[in-house]
Amino acid sequence: MIQQEKMKVVRQQQVADSIFEITLEGQLTDQMQEPGQFVHLRVADSYEPSLRRPISIANIDHDNKQFTMLYRAGGRGTDVLSKKQVGDVVDVLGPLGHGFPVEETQPGETALLVGGGIGVPPLYELSKRLNERGVKTIHVLGFRGAKDVFYEEEFNQLGETYIVTEDGSSGHQGFVTTLINEKNPAFDTFYTCGPTPMLRAVDQAFPGKKGFLSFEERMGCGIGACYACVCDTTDGGYKKVCSDGPVFAKGVVAL
Amino acid sequence: MNRLEIALPGVTLKNPIMPASGCFGFGQEYAQLYDLSKLGAIMIKATTAEQRRGNPTPRVAETAAGMLNAIGLQNPGLEHVLAHELPWLEKYDVPIIANVAGSETEDYVQVAREISKAPNVYALELNISCPNVKCGGIQFGTDPDVAEALVRAVKEAAGVPVYVKLSPNVTSIVDMAKAVERGGADAITMINTLVGMRLDQRTGKPVIANGTGGLSGPGIKPVAIRMVYEVYKAVNIPIIGMGGVSTVEDVIDFLSAGASAVAVGTANFVEPFICPNLIDALPQKLDELGVENVQDLIGRSHR
Repeated sequence: MIQQEKMKVVRQQQVADSIFEITLEGQLTDQMQEPGQFVHLRVADSYEPSLRRPISIANIDHDNKQFTMLYRAGGRGTDVLSKKQVGDVVDVLGPLGHGFPVEETQPGETALLVGGGIGVPPLYELSKRLNERGVKTIHVLGFRGAKDVFYEEEFNQLGETYIVTEDGSSGHQGFVTTLINEKNPAFDTFYTCGPTPMLRAVDQAFPGKKGFLSFEERMGCGIGACYACVCDTTDGGYKKVCSDGPVFAKGVVAL
Repeated sequence: MNRLEIALPGVTLKNPIMPASGCFGFGQEYAQLYDLSKLGAIMIKATTAEQRRGNPTPRVAETAAGMLNAIGLQNPGLEHVLAHELPWLEKYDVPIIANVAGSETEDYVQVAREISKAPNVYALELNISCPNVKCGGIQFGTDPDVAEALVRAVKEAAGVPVYVKLSPNVTSIVDMAKAVERGGADAITMINTLVGMRLDQRTGKPVIANGTGGLSGPGIKPVAIRMVYEVYKAVNIPIIGMGGVSTVEDVIDFLSAGASAVAVGTANFVEPFICPNLIDALPQKLDELGVENVQDLIGRSHR
């Protein structure tokens, strides 16, 4: 169920160049069930920024009623968010959207998780859930350069992890698809989140494979009312990224 | 006596607050958050004869004290709205004001005729002011004679009162208001968005794929208030005011300038509970002002 709550900041730290990790605490966490969902944040009671910012959920800790997000600062809203101190509050609307279906991969099977940049965070909660389910996970995480890399160790603890950077300053050089073509890992299901060109490349790399893609689009309301984040589907129709997605099965969205 | 009650042509509202068209879909999303029966009315998303796919994305961009949008009247089309959206809304005790759009007079007439047959549609809001579509919408809203003729044609076909939504992107909104009143409009809703543009700092190109978009939010409120104030003096039909409403003080301002009811747009995206919050805040505000009923505030700027 969607709720609104002023949640308390319990941790905030910078984890890479312009990338911040923030943890919020509150009852709303109880509503977070699926990995890959997002929240819509109002970071200040101001006229600029005034609109909410959609940020994906990277980690859910039900026991402590806390959840964590990783986001890139640099915009008007995310800059304000990055200056929040422990004890400050953030107005949260969520959880929103449909996330990654973990039940699509059976215990004992292998899932390939492919993330690019700020698309990496939701894959962390997803990987945790898949591992809890007895699914083996392989992670391929793409970043621009070494200074942009985050959560390498966290993903390493969950499964085989490959870091790929465009300039080769960390891990393998190239794009996520360069590494995938080279290693040709065996897997049953893929899950991916990142910029649209990356999603397209990942989608094309695995014809016939079962997969789930998480999309990003500028949003207004975040709940499906304003039609700002609509995308075309392969059957000639359309979907709203915020409420029908952001995760769609392979083949649904026209890439 | 309900202090918040307001009478409009064709319908009496339990309070003067309603979500504005285009900011509330057909109600289903916000119904996850609160009981829609709480609202004075709902102005549903523009409906066209055939389904419309809208503009390419990005369709929205934030601005200082507001936002730009160029959705492009995306909607599932008349048949779908009649078969699914309006029947779904029937479970709520809330009158629907159906926003009607088109590219030709015939489209408007057809949608108006059919959609006014729905039992929960109490009035139409004729959209002659969408700035984001190439064909239809705004050309009907910038020429007084064209607007008057369109309203006359729609009035003949419609089974419920016809409200007309005016564009602020004109030289004289008073001339437009008088023209639609001559055409037989039962009420005026105003204002639609102001045409604007935001550029990307890096590329220098417009952020919104459509280039221009409609500016809404608190930043446009002074323009809207001025226009409601002027139109109130010039016509004898009621006005539903809108443009940047986000606080109960804004509601009071619109009523004072001459609006009989107030629609809330962009603020729904910022604060999804804004409409019930405003409704709850009104009685205390009336007390503070020493006013018994909302009705007593309408047009008080002019007294």
